[in-house]
Amino acid sequence: MKYTYLLENLGCASCAAKMEVAINKIDGVESARITFMTARLTIETDESMIGSIEQQAEKAVRKIESKVRLKRV
Amino acid sequence: MNLFGLTTIVRIAVSGILLCIGIFAGFDDMVSLMIFAASYVIVGYPVFLNFLRAIYNRQPFDENFLMTIASIGAFAIGEAPEGIAILLFYQIGELFEDYAVDRSRRSISSLTDLLPESINLLKDGEIVVSEPGEVCVGDLIVVRPGERIPLDGTVVEGSSMVDTSSITGESVPRRASVGDAVLSGCISSNGVLTVRVTSLYADSTASRIIRMIEDAYEAKSRSEKFVTKFARYYTPAVVLSAILLAVVPPLLLGASFDVWLYRALTFLVISCPCALVISIPLAFFGGIGGASRAGILIKGGNYLEALARVDTVVFDKTGTLTEGTFDVEKIIPEGIDNSELLKIAAYAEFHSNHPIAVSIRKAYGKNIDGSVIERAEEIAGHGVSAEVSGQIVLVGNEFLMSKNGIAFKKQNGFGTSVYVSAGGEYKGCLVISDRIRRDSAYAVSMLKRSGIKDVAMLTGDVKNVGEHVAESLGIDTVYAELLPSDKIGIVERLLSEGRSVAFVGDGINDAPSLARSDVGIAMGAMGSDAAIEAADIVIMDDMPSKVPLAIKVAKKTRSIAIENIIFALGVKALFLVLGAFGHITLVEAIFADVGVAVIAILNSIRTLNMSKSASNVITAET
Repeated sequence: MKYTYLLENLGCASCAAKMEVAINKIDGVESARITFMTARLTIETDESMIGSIEQQAEKAVRKIESKVRLKRV
Repeated sequence: MNLFGLTTIVRIAVSGILLCIGIFAGFDDMVSLMIFAASYVIVGYPVFLNFLRAIYNRQPFDENFLMTIASIGAFAIGEAPEGIAILLFYQIGELFEDYAVDRSRRSISSLTDLLPESINLLKDGEIVVSEPGEVCVGDLIVVRPGERIPLDGTVVEGSSMVDTSSITGESVPRRASVGDAVLSGCISSNGVLTVRVTSLYADSTASRIIRMIEDAYEAKSRSEKFVTKFARYYTPAVVLSAILLAVVPPLLLGASFDVWLYRALTFLVISCPCALVISIPLAFFGGIGGASRAGILIKGGNYLEALARVDTVVFDKTGTLTEGTFDVEKIIPEGIDNSELLKIAAYAEFHSNHPIAVSIRKAYGKNIDGSVIERAEEIAGHGVSAEVSGQIVLVGNEFLMSKNGIAFKKQNGFGTSVYVSAGGEYKGCLVISDRIRRDSAYAVSMLKRSGIKDVAMLTGDVKNVGEHVAESLGIDTVYAELLPSDKIGIVERLLSEGRSVAFVGDGINDAPSLARSDVGIAMGAMGSDAAIEAADIVIMDDMPSKVPLAIKVAKKTRSIAIENIIFALGVKALFLVLGAFGHITLVEAIFADVGVAVIAILNSIRTLNMSKSASNVITAET
């Protein structure tokens, strides 16, 4: 399944690249992609995993840019 | 401007004023230092916080790191005002960048703002306000003047001028009245329309366009990938060189530590790669966004890049260079009368959706009794055969006739000749013509002017028809009398000659060629869904002249991206060298860094607007 999120307050392009790398490392993530311009994050993963992945992704994102929030679209 | 922006501006202003007081008021050293310290903390604390947070998260190498180190270093060697100036200019630059990114994000989201939040659903004669997702195919909805049409449908009551510009890029409104199909995303301007819905929310034209634009940014161009990769090695490399610069000359040569530390700091400040990291994706983003305003949907930055390299453009004739709406122009019967010939042909073509079949049925104009038709079969590239009231009827081109051993009279007009036989006997010929689109010739001449080496045309039509059309359009190469499977063969042959091929087509049988070519361009409004899926670029208003426009946008985008890469790297390299030899100050270094980023971003934003003006030129010239 593909899940798409909006990264609110995403400000810097190189942070977006770092977030992408970090989220790709989370267990159970098949692939993750961040498009800086639309501030969108797409995670491809198994349906049963998405709850915990979402939490970890949120954590990873805030570690890199603290004011960014994950919003499901 | 949001709250973050506003507080930043206030901080920068306060800190700047304190800085000026500290420099010019002539207090003694101790007081000045206090004022500088205050100014420094006011402007710098968010940067320091980010820096500490990055250390805590064990990912310290970012801009905050560079700026903190550089400014602390400046303080340490007694250059307090410069330390403050670094942070001031850095944050002013950030503000500019945020503003530019925000602005282009907003103009992109206005492109995808095609769907209304609510729908006026007509239920039992009353209007119920509903969510777009709740409406089913076949429901009736009401669109008032000034509202966007929420779902694709057919007008059942009322008429209005409809502004289709956000979908097709076409600026002249079209009249829609009873029986006309209307597309979601268009704006009804002056009348109330009642529309019978023909597509679900998720399948409507507007939703599909939005999905396409959003997905487009995921397919990254090679230049974008280069920049991401480059940034990954660049920052650590520069930090390492800066350390060496600070340590090696004083240790080996006994030079002054202060001087070389200062140079190392300048080095650090210049090193920030943000000009590249933001401006290159922004250029492609703007190119795609700007093109979609002109009714050209590009499915990714990589296709934009491929399009800029194209040297051969291959058009399908029917429905691409011509309108694809056929009319029966001449009826030449053999031993029967006109209406009898037309009737036989119409019955045989009853099950076919081919444009020619549609035109024959339209010319016949009477109801067809489907029960007498059996074993209807479409023979791709040839025509149809069917058993009508027990008699085998063949309707198609000369190949169909000769293959079945029918003695027919060859016609040599400029229309498409469709021969008819019944029970093995030749019954006559229908000459069907198709109008050339008004901007086809302009499209071909524009392509040649823009440096395309070969413009070719493919058609299933007979040779003289194809050559006639090609000649009137100024096309160099014609491949006529092709079967659908031949088209992809020609595309492959051109590709194997090392050419970079764009294929422009619309029909179902074009899908393989669209997919196989370097860039597949589909005509959107009347093209088949399969063709639009297989294509890399979709032209919404079916105008062939949008092909040269798309190429122009692609070339412009590519040159802006290259400009930015060369400009940013060039300036950085120059300042890195100057910095290493101590010819520039820290403040100049910051100016260079921020300036490059802002100029590169402004340069990139130009891509957003270029197709709009170009598309007006097309409207004016055709």
